[in-house]
Amino acid sequence: MKFVVAVKQVPDTAEVRIDPERGTLIRDGVPSIMNPFDTYALEEAMKWRDELGGVVTVITMGPPQAESVLREAISMGADDAILISDRAFAGADTWATSHTLAAAVKELGDVDAVFFGKQAIDGDTAQTGPSVAASLDWPQITFIGKVRDLNKDSITAERYVETGTQVVQAELPVVLTILKDANVPRVPSLRGKMKSRKAQIPVWGLADLALTEDETGLNGSPTKVVVTATPEPRTGGQIHEGSTEELVAKLADLLLGEGSEA
Amino acid sequence: MSGFLEIKDSCTGCGICVKTCPVNALSINDVKRAVVSEDCTLCSICVDSCPFESLAVHHSFGGNKEELAKYSGILVLCEMRNGSPDRSTFELLGEARKLSAGEKEVSVLVITNDASDAAEKLIQAGADKVIKAVHASFEHFSTEPWNSVLTHVINEDMPEIVLAAATTTGRDVMPRVSKSLDTGLTADCTELSIDPDSGMLMQTRPAFGGNIMATIVCDRTRPQMSTVRPGVMKPMEPDAARTGKIVDLEVTAEMIKNRSKVLEFIPTAGDEVDITEAEIVISGGRGMKNPENFDLLHDLAHLLGGTVGASRAAVDNGWIEYPRQVGQTGKTVQPVTYLAVGISGAVQHRVGMQSSDVIFAVNKDRDASIFEFCTEGFVGDLFEIIPALVKEIKKRRG
Repeated sequence: MKFVVAVKQVPDTAEVRIDPERGTLIRDGVPSIMNPFDTYALEEAMKWRDELGGVVTVITMGPPQAESVLREAISMGADDAILISDRAFAGADTWATSHTLAAAVKELGDVDAVFFGKQAIDGDTAQTGPSVAASLDWPQITFIGKVRDLNKDSITAERYVETGTQVVQAELPVVLTILKDANVPRVPSLRGKMKSRKAQIPVWGLADLALTEDETGLNGSPTKVVVTATPEPRTGGQIHEGSTEELVAKLADLLLGEGSEA
Repeated sequence: MSGFLEIKDSCTGCGICVKTCPVNALSINDVKRAVVSEDCTLCSICVDSCPFESLAVHHSFGGNKEELAKYSGILVLCEMRNGSPDRSTFELLGEARKLSAGEKEVSVLVITNDASDAAEKLIQAGADKVIKAVHASFEHFSTEPWNSVLTHVINEDMPEIVLAAATTTGRDVMPRVSKSLDTGLTADCTELSIDPDSGMLMQTRPAFGGNIMATIVCDRTRPQMSTVRPGVMKPMEPDAARTGKIVDLEVTAEMIKNRSKVLEFIPTAGDEVDITEAEIVISGGRGMKNPENFDLLHDLAHLLGGTVGASRAAVDNGWIEYPRQVGQTGKTVQPVTYLAVGISGAVQHRVGMQSSDVIFAVNKDRDASIFEFCTEGFVGDLFEIIPALVKEIKKRRG
């Protein structure tokens, strides 16, 4: 089987701080990490590779330094990786990103399934996976909490939706987005780390993917960001300290909608 | 690049903006002035950072005006749950009416196996036109037929705006529609408005874990499409006097073509509450210490008619199940009342609950960050406060 996992390097949003005077993001010193949701996608792909045989190729679109998440993926057990990087790809929205990723999947050829995390923690759109499926004209299963079966013809998976669980069967090739519920990602092994250090990671640019500047990056993006602002901070309200009795009386008033307004 | 970053003469070359740029497009030149390279993506993050207001982003809205003008009206995708339109659909209709300002036609598309009384309700809730696509195979949501029906209706009706809920349905099918029609889609919007000058839909959404709000336009192509976060927009009061058109769409063989099938649907058991639907959420965190202590919260939730949530720390420790996790890697909730018990309030948790109407917090650490943004905070030991609170509420209720 030939599996592709699409990962993204993201700033660790937990480490992002707001400059209190200017109200802007401080990105200085914010570490870059593999999008946490992508680790479940990677694990799921490796799990089925281990069962069925085949290769797991990890791809990412990003600046040259995004290579580090590919090495991390190899240390966890991926077989090989490709960095999709070109100045022309910068500023891409989800349409242009998925157009570019789909071109890379086509270039790889004979892929059985592309695995994505549920969403990336910086953009939080969850749009790239389904949009890649549309670009490839493949079926898709999103929000997968459990893969029940995967074979050379089809996949059966549980989609966790608001009102319950949809058990969906789809033909291969297919695009999948994976939830945290699906598995527990393995940690990098010593052998994996050695392999990741030595790995040759090819870089594919505009010309390699036979794309033009008009269909990638900022130029190829139908949407554009016109304003960014920091949200109105939710200012801290009243803080109560005192005896348990006082605190409980006040909290009960608030929860039962009594007292405070009266 | 469509547009440019202007660096005004007031620039002092202080270098603050250089550090904010996510693509390293800014630098300071020999004469102490900021310069921008072609890597700039016009994201405008640097603009607010400048203490001298020397930076401005100028966008050139593209698009062929005549082509864009062929599109008019607003289309809403209805989501059915248990044979009725979901609450999120009524929210979208309320928002669509607001955006239409009495000028744009509001249509709603219902894809279902049985739309017996949905149309009336949808008209009362703000629709001018209900398009029904009814077929036996449309019992459960499935990507490909939904995509086919939506793209067909959009190509026929040519709405300038398409809205769907940012649910597992909307977030599954809409990116597919965006690619099928080669137009833009903005995810999980929390605010929509029409720019009075350009007439463009201004789509505002949180990003970076809620740390910034980005406003996005789709200027060159139509329709302009958004998924909208459930629970944010307000439905209108149903108006029985409203009238509207009902159109039955002919479902063709092409529309029901599907390479996947729903084998089974297992509804969530009745006693399991979806935390995103609850009006009162009582969440426990690291301070709960063990799984048994969550019984305290269940008791309180039961008394108040709410449900129990948790922070990631509590879930990772195996004290409570993952579907109850609130936060970045869990669910986003916006109840009327959110009570955080033994939760420090790290940003990953905060982004999952900060839109709650009121936030109460119980924590023994006066310096916990939750106290910086809660509505009312209580400094004390949860193991004393929660049991006493349960008693107090029982007492008051007699």
